[in-house]
Amino acid sequence: MDLLRFITCGSVDDGKSTLIGRLLYDSESVSLDVLAALEKRQASNGTVDLALLTDGLRAEREQGITIDVAYKYFTTPRRKFIITDAPGHVQYTRNMVTGASNADLAIVLVDARQGVIEQTRRHTLIAALLGIRHFVLAVNKMDLVNYDEAVFARIATDYAELTNHFHLPAATAIPLSALQGDNVVKPSQHLPWYTGPSLLQHLESVPGAQETEAAPRFQVQYVIRPQTPELPDYRGYAGQILSGQYRRGQRVRVLPSGLESEIEAIEVNQQEVETAAAPQAVVIRLRDDVDVSRGDALVPAGPEEPTLTRELEATLCWMSEQPLWPGRKLLVQHHSALSKAAVSAILYKVNVQTFARVHTEQAQLNDIVRVRLKTALPLAVDHYTDNRTTGSFILVDELTGDTLAAGLVEAANSEYFTAPVAPPVAFSI
Amino acid sequence: MSTSFDYLDRLEAEAIHILREVAGQFERPALLFSGGKDSIVLTRLAEKAFRPGRFPFPLVHVDTGHNFPEVLQYRDELAARLGEKLVVRKVEDTIKRQRLREPGGKYPSRNPLQTYTLLEVIEEFEFDACIGGARRDEEKARAKERIFSVRDEFGQWDPKRQRPELWNIYNGRIQKGENVRVFPISNWTELDVWRYIQRENIPLPDIYFGHERTCVVLPSGQLLGLTEHLQLDDEDEIVTRQVRFRTVGDSTCTAAVESDARTVEDIIQDLLLAKVSERGATRLDDNISEAGMEDRKRNGYF
Repeated sequence: MDLLRFITCGSVDDGKSTLIGRLLYDSESVSLDVLAALEKRQASNGTVDLALLTDGLRAEREQGITIDVAYKYFTTPRRKFIITDAPGHVQYTRNMVTGASNADLAIVLVDARQGVIEQTRRHTLIAALLGIRHFVLAVNKMDLVNYDEAVFARIATDYAELTNHFHLPAATAIPLSALQGDNVVKPSQHLPWYTGPSLLQHLESVPGAQETEAAPRFQVQYVIRPQTPELPDYRGYAGQILSGQYRRGQRVRVLPSGLESEIEAIEVNQQEVETAAAPQAVVIRLRDDVDVSRGDALVPAGPEEPTLTRELEATLCWMSEQPLWPGRKLLVQHHSALSKAAVSAILYKVNVQTFARVHTEQAQLNDIVRVRLKTALPLAVDHYTDNRTTGSFILVDELTGDTLAAGLVEAANSEYFTAPVAPPVAFSI
Repeated sequence: MSTSFDYLDRLEAEAIHILREVAGQFERPALLFSGGKDSIVLTRLAEKAFRPGRFPFPLVHVDTGHNFPEVLQYRDELAARLGEKLVVRKVEDTIKRQRLREPGGKYPSRNPLQTYTLLEVIEEFEFDACIGGARRDEEKARAKERIFSVRDEFGQWDPKRQRPELWNIYNGRIQKGENVRVFPISNWTELDVWRYIQRENIPLPDIYFGHERTCVVLPSGQLLGLTEHLQLDDEDEIVTRQVRFRTVGDSTCTAAVESDARTVEDIIQDLLLAKVSERGATRLDDNISEAGMEDRKRNGYF
């Protein structure tokens, strides 16, 4: 059985939490005691508020909104699912980015009465920017528009125009009512004109993550050196294969040093294996006694190498209340590699509704900006569109340790200076 | 080779990655070990992460003094078999040292007092990261917690000030006095844990399997194993039943469930049919209020 991680997006009151509640409830994933607790809270008006299944914090229940990301789990005979329930409020965009960074699929909820609105565009664009390739347009609250096919068709067309315009992956549109349970898990008799799958049927059939298609990438997290009488010289590089496949005997280059060696052994749980693939956690031993430490990358030498760079251009999702100004010094954490860095320029801010580029002096909380970044140590990076793992990094405040931004590598080193300027509204992935 | 991994393979790889990040980012980590199934699974994951080397952290047990003897025996045997350092600190000693009031009542749970001992042991060893076996499926406040959860010097959690956690990049930078609680199996469910125990053939303390036990019947109908810590009175109904434990916390607040499951396979079958969550079935102290767990976590509870 495989695993699918998905995120729900959409505006406040579009019914995200209710939809998740409905998925859990109708797939019989809610325990009786949890249900009893819900029913106790709802005794006055008699109906169970399924949204309360996900809004777990006191402040969320007080305000009736989702503030922070919640993770929920359910399993069907076909698949295991991890749901990331991200907040819809504009002020919590950073939490939506948090959720989208790990998702394989995005469900974009639209209220059938409202149609495609600003938040629909914002969330779709952010999810696409973060590299999500599978989209579901869930046209919710169909019960409130008399299950009218024309309403659904109009919204599906509007959304298709949006995705076409921005060259985004096409979405699968599904009419449903989370509140009534129409077409969420079971097909609904209220929607006889709809012949496609229910939301759950669709989620069960979408392809899952395929990290092995990208070029091989491995980063050292920890060096294992037992130094015991039995193993005096053992030196294993422990880490996760971030993408692609590795095999015994393969030539690899150590970055940033540039030294080359050959993979002597790949160990999984102390057993030697011939090949290993992402996302396996392995220990790699090299034939030569080269200097390798935490943060170093072991990559195939040649055309598949990442770019080793101290200068790059990146899209940042700025997540701190403190603004970002050009020249600000901070830390960049590129997986297990850590370096001092400085933002040398803010090139522009992205209007997340239109993706138009706007001049800005500073980045504020929840802004999406394109910047130039200089790093003290060279980093082995890929473009985010080529590799979601090695194309991503975070910026960290050196003093407080807070995470300041999510970073997506857009251009590095030589290309960086010659990157063509795309037309203002174009966003292609 | 196949490029599509089973979900357990993915969960395992994620957890090992997290454990190695702890080893790479922190000076003085610890693995909080209760002898329960979740922390037992963590030790197996640590073997996969760090062998043939030693664990880069000791196992730390906060002993409430109300533990099941089978679990303590298992704990000592496991630490010996692994050849790893085990640190035990007793709630009893904290109570004396800090002049805390012993919980009273019929079921005198020391669960809330564990926080004091935990903060003491963190201070004593200057632990900067504490690895725990909490899962997000256990409780709705836990569902909101990050895998790397920064706590202040009082161990407090502030759900509104959590760091965003992006991709599989974990930020463990902290200031002096702060520490990070790390939950490598956040994304596992109770069923995943049991399937992993089955797949890996991990031995467990006997009390997880169906056995005969003398129990007190609680007003809720739940069964509490009879121990010398309970304050019984004449109206209490004492029964002998075939039971097992879904979780093995403090014996004064961890109920048993009726079951004659003898094997891990039986337990998995039980779980597939179970209609009541792990906490709902077994914990007496989570139902105090809607935000009971959130409030305790804010104050430093694990």
